[in-house]
Amino acid sequence: MTAPVPLPVSAPVTWPDALYDTLKRVGIDQVGHVPDAGHARLIDRCEHDPGIAVTGLTSEEEGVGLAAGAWLGGQRAALLMQSSGLGNCINAIASLAEAGQFPLLMIITMRGEWGEFNPWQVPLGRATRDVLVAVDCRVLDVHRPDDVADTTLAAARLAFDSSQRVAVLLTQRLIGTKAFR
Amino acid sequence: MTTSTLTRQQIAGRLIGTDPDLLVVTGLGGTCWDASQAGDRDLTYYLWGGMGLAASTGLGLALSRPDRRVLVLTGDGEMLMGLGSLATVARIAPGNLAIVVVDNELYGETGGQSSHTAGSCDLAGIARAAGIPDSRIVSDAAGLEELAGAVGELGAAVRGPLFAVARVPGQLSGPPAELPPRDGTYLKHRFREALIGPHALR
Repeated sequence: MTAPVPLPVSAPVTWPDALYDTLKRVGIDQVGHVPDAGHARLIDRCEHDPGIAVTGLTSEEEGVGLAAGAWLGGQRAALLMQSSGLGNCINAIASLAEAGQFPLLMIITMRGEWGEFNPWQVPLGRATRDVLVAVDCRVLDVHRPDDVADTTLAAARLAFDSSQRVAVLLTQRLIGTKAFR
Repeated sequence: MTTSTLTRQQIAGRLIGTDPDLLVVTGLGGTCWDASQAGDRDLTYYLWGGMGLAASTGLGLALSRPDRRVLVLTGDGEMLMGLGSLATVARIAPGNLAIVVVDNELYGETGGQSSHTAGSCDLAGIARAAGIPDSRIVSDAAGLEELAGAVGELGAAVRGPLFAVARVPGQLSGPPAELPPRDGTYLKHRFREALIGPHALR
């Protein structure tokens, strides 16, 4: 198989720091995640913050329970995942988060939509938006680094102040295509 | 496996009915009925859905309130659907969390089909191997007393997480004559108001 043509390398990445700062600004106390390369810097920032309890999950659906439990106890959680992980959460989003009108803030790194080289990532990447809408989630896209903070802030307000399930999609154009070589 | 002399009502009654401060998350079906029959209370969040999520919901709650004791009371089928969360609970190791599985070895809400625990599956062994050293099997009143004592001292004299299988082979729990509230939003609001105070709703 021919090696993929490398996409242009972008400028130094600072948007994960803007995202971290926004999570702090909106009072996030807990972060649940299944590790993802696009979230690596954000996860690292959160793990070094004694004010954020970071929970590594075996599957993304645990994060929906985690976030509901945090809210019951008076805390705010954010859930970090890759678009392929969304598929693991559907019943949890619908039959726990929506049924109880829990706030749910999901920060989702996209795969399969922009210069993807791994065909196994494409099907759920393509379905991500439709699936989110089908389970009554609000969807906010971020294409440019400058929009990360504002969009995350808006999403957090929608989630925690208006009791909505909200997904911020960090598009593959923003995060860059994963390069294996 | 030895026989058990426990009843479902005994388990929920002893663990929840006598402990008003305990924060409780139930599974759906049988343990929801058990918990409500032990006395409906504001600080019980009944799951009527979200199968597999009781332990992870309890984890988020336990992390948010390290000053309070949290009990997840769930069934074997519900726990089997969320086995990964045992590894997560072990990894985070909240000292104030107990997970008690009321294990009747069957799926009571769907016709009584046998579950994996009717065969070779040992949930306490799985929890121990996941990294929860205090994983017990309880099958009589003395064991239940010990378990209740440990839940009562969670976070203080007893460092969680604590995992227990309370064995009730073949025992079904039908819906009580008076169902517990089933509106998840109402249950959420009343739980938060009872725990956090009136400003939780403002």
